[in-house]
Amino acid sequence: MSRGTGKAVRRTTSAMIASLDAEGRETREAPFGHALVALAREREEIVGLTADLAKYTDLHLFAEAFPERFFQMGMAEQALIGAAAGFAREGLVPFATTYAVFASRRAYDFLCLAVAEEGLPVKLICALPGLTTGYGPSHQATEDIAIFRGLPGLVILDPCDAVEIEQAVPAIAAHPGPVYMRLLRGRVPVVLDRYDYRFEIGRARLLREGGDVLVIATGFMTMRALDAAARLAEDGIETAVLHLSTIKPLDTETILEQCRRHPLVVVAENHSRIGGLGEAVAALLLGEGIAPRFRQIALPDAFLDAGALPTLHARYGLAVEAVVRRIRGWLEE
Amino acid sequence: MARSGNHPRGNVSLERRAWRIRRYAVRMAAVQGQGYIGQALGVADILAVAWFHALRYRPDDPAWEGRDRFLLSVGHYAIALYAALIEAGILPEEELETYGCDDSRLPMSGMASHTPGMEISGGSLGQGLPIAVGMALALRHKRNPAFVHNLMSDGELEEGATWEAAMAAAHHRLERLICIVDFNDQQADGRSREVLSAEPVEEKWRAFGWHAQRVDGNDIAALVAAFDRARALSEPRPRVIVCDTRMCRGVPFLERREIAHFVRVAPEEWERALAALDRAEPA
Repeated sequence: MSRGTGKAVRRTTSAMIASLDAEGRETREAPFGHALVALAREREEIVGLTADLAKYTDLHLFAEAFPERFFQMGMAEQALIGAAAGFAREGLVPFATTYAVFASRRAYDFLCLAVAEEGLPVKLICALPGLTTGYGPSHQATEDIAIFRGLPGLVILDPCDAVEIEQAVPAIAAHPGPVYMRLLRGRVPVVLDRYDYRFEIGRARLLREGGDVLVIATGFMTMRALDAAARLAEDGIETAVLHLSTIKPLDTETILEQCRRHPLVVVAENHSRIGGLGEAVAALLLGEGIAPRFRQIALPDAFLDAGALPTLHARYGLAVEAVVRRIRGWLEE
Repeated sequence: MARSGNHPRGNVSLERRAWRIRRYAVRMAAVQGQGYIGQALGVADILAVAWFHALRYRPDDPAWEGRDRFLLSVGHYAIALYAALIEAGILPEEELETYGCDDSRLPMSGMASHTPGMEISGGSLGQGLPIAVGMALALRHKRNPAFVHNLMSDGELEEGATWEAAMAAAHHRLERLICIVDFNDQQADGRSREVLSAEPVEEKWRAFGWHAQRVDGNDIAALVAAFDRARALSEPRPRVIVCDTRMCRGVPFLERREIAHFVRVAPEEWERALAALDRAEPA
């Protein structure tokens, strides 16, 4: 608070601790770590690996519970993914953690050839997806999905909240092939508990009905879309929210069914507008000859600023107010 | 003649195994009229000692859980490993006719998904050792005493991931991990020492915490001693055997040719190469 910004902007979400917990919503602590520990009690073949980021990917809980099943690879992401492939070759199910930037930018070749080409069950769990840290481009994985979507056989998950992460962990372990999950870490918001939600790889779920606009949202943008829908409803605007946490493989059936029913489709994602869910949905709709008005809420094709998350979410259009404003604008076009 | 009396397949001399590996490799390269024959001829002695002296495996069950793992990081050496796998009885000899052909199980760059006995998909150079580290950690975790061997080229010493893995292997005291470096001093753009020198090689590995040996990789007795030492050592450290080899070894007229990453062989020369090998047939 040394800048003395006074009462106008309370920048308690520092660039240091990236978290979505400062919004007054119920949270759960380290849902991935706790879920993995619970699952590992039943499944002995699960092992944990990290590249010097156990504490920052909630894997420290697993390391404490199963020290003999935890393998520290040091700050070496290529060795991390290569070694994870080795574990998988030997019949184990490795959960490997790092930050999304390092996995996607530095270790891609290893994920491609050592893991995906051979369909090995390596589970890559990566914190700081998209704009969930104020550290700037070195830590903001704004293009990780664009990088990974072209990898044949890789399941890509972008969960919304703690509930979904907890449910996803057993499904990820049970999946026979490689999986990449964008991780929300630390105190993670609870959103889906009121929707009787059941996570399934490859399944989208309509969380809210509404005839004016359909928002297809992924990751924490589903939380923002639901909040925005509640505000728009105050003005009589009915917003449907389709939550889609599996970016690949796409639930094409559900997407097409919903898009056929709506004249305006908005895809909302915590990712660059290039190469993410928006483009995937657009290609699907074009291929099927379905042509609603199509709009994207996504990060710009740019290296983003450093700063506090609320500031940056407002600046780049991921904040609830920004979502409300833009949907209202598109409806008035 | 070096024999491995205690190896299940020690009934044939290692020199003869190496000779047969060279012959299979030349026959495979002749199918396409090309192939990494220079590397195959150079590494044949290493493969003979590895597969017919050191490794434990079951030819009729290549995925046997107790087998010693042999990772081919340097994927384009697949022609040489296929030859060894044929000699080991894991691949049928008649399949060598399909090397590099459409829909063959023997692609020019080795892939685990295609070929029995091929543990990994190499070829993106520098990936073998990190995978070997994971396998060695996993085997120890499973209390499986099998060795993990990783065969890499000297060029792969230039890849950063090799040294990431070298650090991890030493830190985790992977004493069942044996890395074999085929130091033929040749990579795509020229002599390895001129492209980017890795010397002093053994000192580098030792500084990374490894037990390092350097031997003449075309001297079967020296290779046998090096493999024996690497396997018998009680030190809780990973081991590396740096093997200085000569490209095209065993076919004199090719040995004298200007050496390159891709050794050019004219169509009529394949028969000449086989004849040259046959003139030097060991007992």
